[in-house]
Amino acid sequence: MSELHLPWIELSIFLTLVGAAWVAPQRDPERAQKTCLVFSGLALVCTIGAWLDFGWLHVLQAHDRWSLCEKWFGTEIFVIDPLSAPLLPMAALLSFVTALATLRTKIRRFSFGWALLAEAILLATLSCREPWGIVALLAAGVVPPLWELRLRHKPMRVFAVHMIGFVGMLVAGWALAEHSPPGDAPSIVGVALLIAAVLLRSGIVPTHCWMTELFEHASFGTALLFVTPMVGVYAAVRLLLPIAPEWALRSLALISLFTAVYAAGMALVQREARRFFCYLLLSNSSLVLVGLEVATPLGLTGALCLWISVGLALTGFGLTLRSIEARTGQVSLAEFHGLYEHTPMLAAFFLLTGLASIGFPGTIGFVGSELLLEGAIDAYPFVGLTVVLAAALNGIAVLQAFFRVFTGKRHTAPVSLTCRWQERLSVLSLAALILGGGLYPQPGLSSRHLAAKRIIESRRTGLGLESADGHAKAPPFWANAAPIDAPRDVGEAQRSVDSMLK
Amino acid sequence: MTYDLIFKVLGVCVVASPATLLAVLGLPALVGRPLGERTISRLTGAAVAAGLLAAIGVLAVMLISDARMVALTMGDWLVLPDQHFHFTFKFVFDRLSVPFVILSFALCGTTAAFAGKYLHREPGFGRFFVLFALFLLGMIVTSLAGTIETLFAGWELVGLSSALLVAFFHERTAPVWNGLRVWSVYRIADAAFLVATVALHHLTGGGDFVGLMGSGPWPEGHADLTSQQALFVGLLLLIAAAGKSALVPFSGWLPRAMEGPTPSSAIFYGALSVHLGAFLLLRVSPLLELSTILCAAVVTLGLVSAVFGAIAARVQTDVKSALAFASLTQVGIIVAEIGCGFRYLALVHMIGHACLRTLQLLRAPTLLRDYHEVENALGGRLARGPSFWSRIASHQLRSRIYRQALERGYLDTLWSDYLVRPLFGCFQWCDACERRWTEFLSGRRAATARQLPTEGGVADELL
Repeated sequence: MSELHLPWIELSIFLTLVGAAWVAPQRDPERAQKTCLVFSGLALVCTIGAWLDFGWLHVLQAHDRWSLCEKWFGTEIFVIDPLSAPLLPMAALLSFVTALATLRTKIRRFSFGWALLAEAILLATLSCREPWGIVALLAAGVVPPLWELRLRHKPMRVFAVHMIGFVGMLVAGWALAEHSPPGDAPSIVGVALLIAAVLLRSGIVPTHCWMTELFEHASFGTALLFVTPMVGVYAAVRLLLPIAPEWALRSLALISLFTAVYAAGMALVQREARRFFCYLLLSNSSLVLVGLEVATPLGLTGALCLWISVGLALTGFGLTLRSIEARTGQVSLAEFHGLYEHTPMLAAFFLLTGLASIGFPGTIGFVGSELLLEGAIDAYPFVGLTVVLAAALNGIAVLQAFFRVFTGKRHTAPVSLTCRWQERLSVLSLAALILGGGLYPQPGLSSRHLAAKRIIESRRTGLGLESADGHAKAPPFWANAAPIDAPRDVGEAQRSVDSMLK
Repeated sequence: MTYDLIFKVLGVCVVASPATLLAVLGLPALVGRPLGERTISRLTGAAVAAGLLAAIGVLAVMLISDARMVALTMGDWLVLPDQHFHFTFKFVFDRLSVPFVILSFALCGTTAAFAGKYLHREPGFGRFFVLFALFLLGMIVTSLAGTIETLFAGWELVGLSSALLVAFFHERTAPVWNGLRVWSVYRIADAAFLVATVALHHLTGGGDFVGLMGSGPWPEGHADLTSQQALFVGLLLLIAAAGKSALVPFSGWLPRAMEGPTPSSAIFYGALSVHLGAFLLLRVSPLLELSTILCAAVVTLGLVSAVFGAIAARVQTDVKSALAFASLTQVGIIVAEIGCGFRYLALVHMIGHACLRTLQLLRAPTLLRDYHEVENALGGRLARGPSFWSRIASHQLRSRIYRQALERGYLDTLWSDYLVRPLFGCFQWCDACERRWTEFLSGRRAATARQLPTEGGVADELL
């Protein structure tokens, strides 16, 4: 495997961990924010470095130079590949702008130490190659929001129950799938548990109640950082896609399609801004899952493009809502607020990010949406049309929320509500990415297409449709239909994927 | 200098002028440094003039070189070679697009000059012109589109600017709700358009109009599809056109759209935007030739809309709404002409109607003054005798038609009762169930649910 020129990945994780340890004892929130920004910024630089370095190498996979993990564990745990290369800087950027756009009214509620720890776990998850490592990190990722709910004495039972279920099913599912007898198909129970875990973590209907609870009770920043990177989708790509038979992906895609439409409809009738945002995000993240599970090159490329665009757009959208909340308290969509004259920049950004999330032309979401639709209709000619329905409903919901928050009356405020420089910087950096990615999408598209092809190849190898040397083989009967008693060894599949990637 | 080079330079100018205008007006506004009124007016005037001159230049060179169709390809914007996926920005100058582009620049220039005075010292002056630039770009892209994806991109820009301009006076709730209604109809129509786009991709292997409609210059193309395929795609495009042009059953939004400032009403619902549906049907007219059923549907929809518009226009109590329905009448007739195969007639009708209606709408704020001037010149009131209908129709029949016209054919009520209300009701029921389920799981009564207001909801307002 190729080596990066510097240990970018481990450095980014290490910096965020050190930052978390540094910030934890600090009692002054403003100082904690500054420290957090320094470490998060450095981690962002490292992840961008890793991305650029990986791009220059022109390889399919690379690991850190002078890797400590290899010395300590004898194996490379953290690697970068076409899938994770842009996800790492995106995750670091989302964490950085969330910390940056935290205003004084919010900094006492938002724990910067836990945010840094969550960022470290997220970066480690996105760069981890070992299945059990991914499982462990996904499990660790639920701790920061859980801890925040506990510290703030907020109701946590719904979130905890769902997350315990997620971790339990993930561990059991992977254990069963991995320990299937050699030559057998992956355990049907194992695959089913993995599917259930992915559904749960992605908030697919009917296992989505934890998301609304989290947005209602946790700080907005914490909830944003927990859901917008879409690690449930990442779990699906790394753990499920290489071994799941066709019927499993098909059923998952149909459930995700239903969720996309259902959540879009629910976003229309919400009267609280946080719940509205939650459903909007749910609808869009379900669409990403639809594309992944369609598992055609176009659909998969569209889903991977959409992953990035939804991550950026909806984080920006959420940050704007959070900034509004910092000025007016929790925002109700049952009434007009008329904030446009006070915060025209936030209004413009709210609209821009909302439109990007629905794939409006000229924004980063357009390409992903188009490709996803093509892929979905290729795979499911009539059911795929519901993607269009979801996009239409989301579009109406976004503009309705815009009108509710920024128009409808003349808002009078005794103090200035204009954007602070931190918000301005966050907003403009995300706006530049959203518009830049929309007007010049080819580099991003090529990169996502390469990642999609690697995923499909790994799936074909994993399912035994193609040997590691690239020769086509007849599909095993369990891959298309009968799921039970089929000859497949998941451990072997995982090894063959690894050997191919190496 | 060869004709090709001249076409390329002028063609790029036509497309680049509104795009540059949008960037120059939009970016300072986005970073919180909006430009002054005078600068905005001058920049808008310069961009429109540059685009108009370039478009006239293209027309002149086409006439001199006897070229009936010139394609300007900007290269592959997106390409996945192994998937045979291309997204090309291609602009076509032909007998349909060039007159429409010149019309767009001319009317936008007139309206911009009018708006510079009309909106002087209005707080939303800069916002109006940013949206105006967005609209102009959308119109030019739509008019010149050589691929269906390019047309869709321009189509969406027009829709967004339209909805936001309807809600321009956003301190009041009525314009805002009307803007949302316009947007909602557009989204439904755009969904149909998007499905048609994907269907065409699958049927013809690409979105290029040359591949889709044959290589002959407009209107001589021949679509390479079966009758059933043409009917399927054509009906989807007809829905898209009906939404954009406010044809029946989507006509309800048209009078509501008049909440916007007069200049935008003139340019959108009198002149350009309302004709986009007809333009789309003209662009894909080779499809119509393949299916008699599709032609019949187009003619029927056009005639029904025309009759509806003519009746509704007669009972409106404000001049802008009356003009809106009068526009609908003419658009309906234009659509019927397209369905009958009279393409040049439809194009000429569209251009003439757009110019007349723009003039009428821009004069609308001074209508009473105009009346007074006429009456002063006559030295008495204008004569109002019994109408033609009052002579031939019974009082009872006229009362019924009057009621129908006053209620605008109950179209809004039908949409509300049979689509919006059940849809919202269903999702509200689901929301209530979810809250109860969450309460059950958490073992508490949801605080947020208790605080929910009982009225003023989205559905109530939309209905």
